[in-house]
Amino acid sequence: MKPARAAWLFLAPALLVLGVFFLLPVLGALGLSFTDYDLYALADLHRLRFVALGNYWALLHRPAFWAALGHTFYFVAVGVPLSLAASLGAALLLASPLARCRAFFRTALFAPVVTTAVAMAVVWRYLFNTQYGWANHVLGAIGIHPVDWLGDPHWAMPTIILFAVWKNFGYNMIILLAGLQAIPRELYEAARLDGASAWRQFRHISLPLLGPTLLMVTILTVSGYFQLFAEPYVMTEGGPLESTTSVLYLMYEDGFKWWNLGTAAAEAFLLFLVMFAATLALLRWPRRSGA
Amino acid sequence: MMPRLARALVNGLLLGGALVALFPLAWMLAVSCMPPGTANTLPPPLWPAHPTLDNYRQLFAHAGMWRYLGNSFLISGAITLLSLTCNLLAGYAFAKLRFAGRERLFRSLLGLLVVPAQVAMLPLFLLFKYTGLVDSYAGVVLPGAATVLGIFLVRQYAQGLPDALLEAARIDGASELRIFTTIVLPLLRPVIATLAILTFLAAWNDFMWPLIELTGQDHYTLPLGLAAMAREHTAGTESLMAGSVLTVLPVLLLFLSMQKYYLEGLLLGGVKG
Repeated sequence: MKPARAAWLFLAPALLVLGVFFLLPVLGALGLSFTDYDLYALADLHRLRFVALGNYWALLHRPAFWAALGHTFYFVAVGVPLSLAASLGAALLLASPLARCRAFFRTALFAPVVTTAVAMAVVWRYLFNTQYGWANHVLGAIGIHPVDWLGDPHWAMPTIILFAVWKNFGYNMIILLAGLQAIPRELYEAARLDGASAWRQFRHISLPLLGPTLLMVTILTVSGYFQLFAEPYVMTEGGPLESTTSVLYLMYEDGFKWWNLGTAAAEAFLLFLVMFAATLALLRWPRRSGA
Repeated sequence: MMPRLARALVNGLLLGGALVALFPLAWMLAVSCMPPGTANTLPPPLWPAHPTLDNYRQLFAHAGMWRYLGNSFLISGAITLLSLTCNLLAGYAFAKLRFAGRERLFRSLLGLLVVPAQVAMLPLFLLFKYTGLVDSYAGVVLPGAATVLGIFLVRQYAQGLPDALLEAARIDGASELRIFTTIVLPLLRPVIATLAILTFLAAWNDFMWPLIELTGQDHYTLPLGLAAMAREHTAGTESLMAGSVLTVLPVLLLFLSMQKYYLEGLLLGGVKG
């Protein structure tokens, strides 16, 4: 058998799976978003109508969609910088020559990443319980009045953000740690001989050399955070007062609770467009700042 | 800064961080062993005064926990096996077998990574509805049976295999399939371990697609069963914590026993940008 023929046989299972269960549905979603596919069409396909950009037009005039987009942006805009700061801080501590028991600390800090989001979100709900939760108990000890974490529309999203940071910071920590360890030791030694402080070493050696890695983890984290769903589903059910309803949560409800699949497909595509635009903007960013 | 002070600061911060990272896990474990109703008291207890396994017993006896546990193992195991097969074959082909359009095809596959998985979920549900696969194991397993990231990982690793070895086998008249199974697979062992644990953990923790696809409790995985319990507001804190422990513990133990492979995979996947 010729290698080329063997190659196609080897590729066939994977291409078949990706084609039928991913590429085709993605194209299907685009088609779906141009129709009014709903409960009636689900029962009888003859009721399906082509509405062109009607779903998109309707969404752009629907306050609930803009609100969901706003909540998602809030989660990304606050959650990503906090996550990255926690990851970078932890990576710097682990990379420090002064750190002891490095393997233990690395495993402990990484553990939340491998846990199941749904299960830990359930735990979080009780840790941030207004009456019996540890969060308010600890705050009470230093004289702060109890906060209605998940019941107050102003606090519910910050609570979810805290959870996401706790759950995810270990992932980027590992990647940034590898990046830090790849920086040649001599650079720091030379800087020390010149009398550079720890801060100046970080600012002028670690940060610039970590730049490409930081950009990559930022892009991956932004894409991940735009896909907020399980946390509000378990912790708040999108509430209180819809304050934690993300775009995906809205898509899930529109699609699988109300069976407005055409609308939901349009929501999915708009989210995709927003994510794509965010990625492009991030890729252009370093060029503009001249780094 | 004085070296001793700096050392205390670095290690103190690490200790504080580890405490914050582990506290929810420890608290979950402690509460899961408390008798019903005793967790919600003031001040909130840290340790069960009278440890008990009743919450676990109740879950297994009345809440269908055996089923969820079995489903989770079945689904995650099947996804791992199938996707290993597909990804290994394809990743090796992209790395070592020459054919027209190889680089272009691979680049188009990487392009798929830009599209979030949720875009495909609505039509996928309809596809399965019309083929009768809604609420079936197959409906959860099949979409995960090959992944672009997995193919990418295998290709990265397989590119390092010596061509001379493969050429020698070809001259000896070995078929491509035989070369793959007897020469290539043993050499790929480290990446197989990495991919297996990454895939299993991701499948175990997956939530949104199973939630859409599995409409009946009989096929529920642990995360689905737990989320349903949590949203019904009928189960007590202690029994929900026991359910959370059962959901988290298998993957946590698996991670601890294969940490090296997991972290390597994370770094390999991380360089793709």
